[in-house]
Amino acid sequence: MGDKEYVLNISDRRPEGKFITPILKGLAYTLKNFFSKPITIKYPTERREVSDRWRGLHRLKVDDQGKLNCVACGLCAKICPPQAITIVPYEDAGGTRYPKEFVIDELRCIFCGFCQEACPKDAIELTKVYDFVDYQREDFIFDIEKLKNPEKYIFAGK
Amino acid sequence: MLEFMTILIVKTLVAFVVALLIVAYSTWIERKVLGHVQLRHGPRRVGFHGLLQPIADGVKGFFKEELIPDNADKPLFVLAPIISIGASVTLVVLVPFGDTVTIMGREITLYLTDLDVGILLILGISTIGSYGGILGGWASGNKYGVIGGMRGAAQMISYELSLALAVIAVVMVSGSLSLVDIVNSQTGLWNIVKQPFAFVLFIICGLAELNRTPFDMPEAEAELACGFNVEYSSMKFALFFMAEYCHMFVFAALVTTLFLGGWHGPIVDGPHWFFLKTFFMIFFCVWERSTFPRLRYDQVMSFGWKILLPFGLLNILLTGLWMLIFNI
Repeated sequence: MGDKEYVLNISDRRPEGKFITPILKGLAYTLKNFFSKPITIKYPTERREVSDRWRGLHRLKVDDQGKLNCVACGLCAKICPPQAITIVPYEDAGGTRYPKEFVIDELRCIFCGFCQEACPKDAIELTKVYDFVDYQREDFIFDIEKLKNPEKYIFAGK
Repeated sequence: MLEFMTILIVKTLVAFVVALLIVAYSTWIERKVLGHVQLRHGPRRVGFHGLLQPIADGVKGFFKEELIPDNADKPLFVLAPIISIGASVTLVVLVPFGDTVTIMGREITLYLTDLDVGILLILGISTIGSYGGILGGWASGNKYGVIGGMRGAAQMISYELSLALAVIAVVMVSGSLSLVDIVNSQTGLWNIVKQPFAFVLFIICGLAELNRTPFDMPEAEAELACGFNVEYSSMKFALFFMAEYCHMFVFAALVTTLFLGGWHGPIVDGPHWFFLKTFFMIFFCVWERSTFPRLRYDQVMSFGWKILLPFGLLNILLTGLWMLIFNI
């Protein structure tokens, strides 16, 4: 590799005398682009397929009877870096633990996925829902009912 | 007399509604074509494929707050967009859309006036329109506005000359200054064949007159932050914009009239050919905008004076020689 390749040759950039062919070439290029398919997607109606490892809104998993897997051990709340998870545990007469309240502040959450990794009962996971919008700050504080079904909050374009 | 007046008023209304609709939808064409050239979709949320977008933009323009800067020269600031839009909409009067048609037993011409000096009037009024930009830039009391206005004035003077030279060559071939006569003289052979150099010259100078992209000195977004209209907002800004697009429509119509045979075409002559060619020219304006970068200011000036002006003079000389030799 000689030095020559690094030298910016001005006569290459603006060929003297070659004036009309580059103009026509440029016009042909843009016309070709005009007739080819756009690479952007029509967002709210079409959406980009995200990776299976995407970390979006949280879901609290339920078992066959519709009961939460969560046992309110508090590991997710402990590991959560921005402390977005609040859990109020409850133990019934038979000694079964479950969360009385399980609140995630989605505005604080950084979607690191540590809660999913820390959970010993595989009770919480991050879904592919990435475009949740709303009008009030309060709407971003998700309780158990909202967390059970995050797909309900996919932005539909209105 | 009453019948004549009625026909005239109806014709005027129709012509202006059509012209303003074309102006509105030129913005849609511009955004859509630019989008597709850049492999995007362009507007498509308002109405079918964004067809209601110009109306939404208009409504937005009406309801936005109007700001007049403290530094501004208020009367001139208000007057500038009016001059701009007034001059460019007036040009529609002279555009020949089509030949005479017979509706309900009456002969109706598909143009509003056929002046003997039509093309001169068009050149004159379109220059008045540039006062809008210059005054607007000056009156804003903003340095970008002033620089934009000054550049617009200098560019207008430089390119108006070559534009007129291109028109003179066409007038020599057609033997008339009236736009209708020019169209009728192209029945068999379009002027683009007789005058290819004048065609190229006219398009280049026309783009400079329109302040479109390779020559958009007055509003160079990157260096002047939109130039002469930097302080304008809401409907005043929209008026400048409409004036620009109306100018573009008139330019497309002029290219059609002077070089592409107006309403003449294969199979059936008629206004449909006029509109087809005009829309092709509007498309061309957007197409070239998406292709070329902006020239530097000194390049624009030296190109205008050192290349286009001698080229135009030479073209006239050669046309004259050609007409003398072949005795046309």
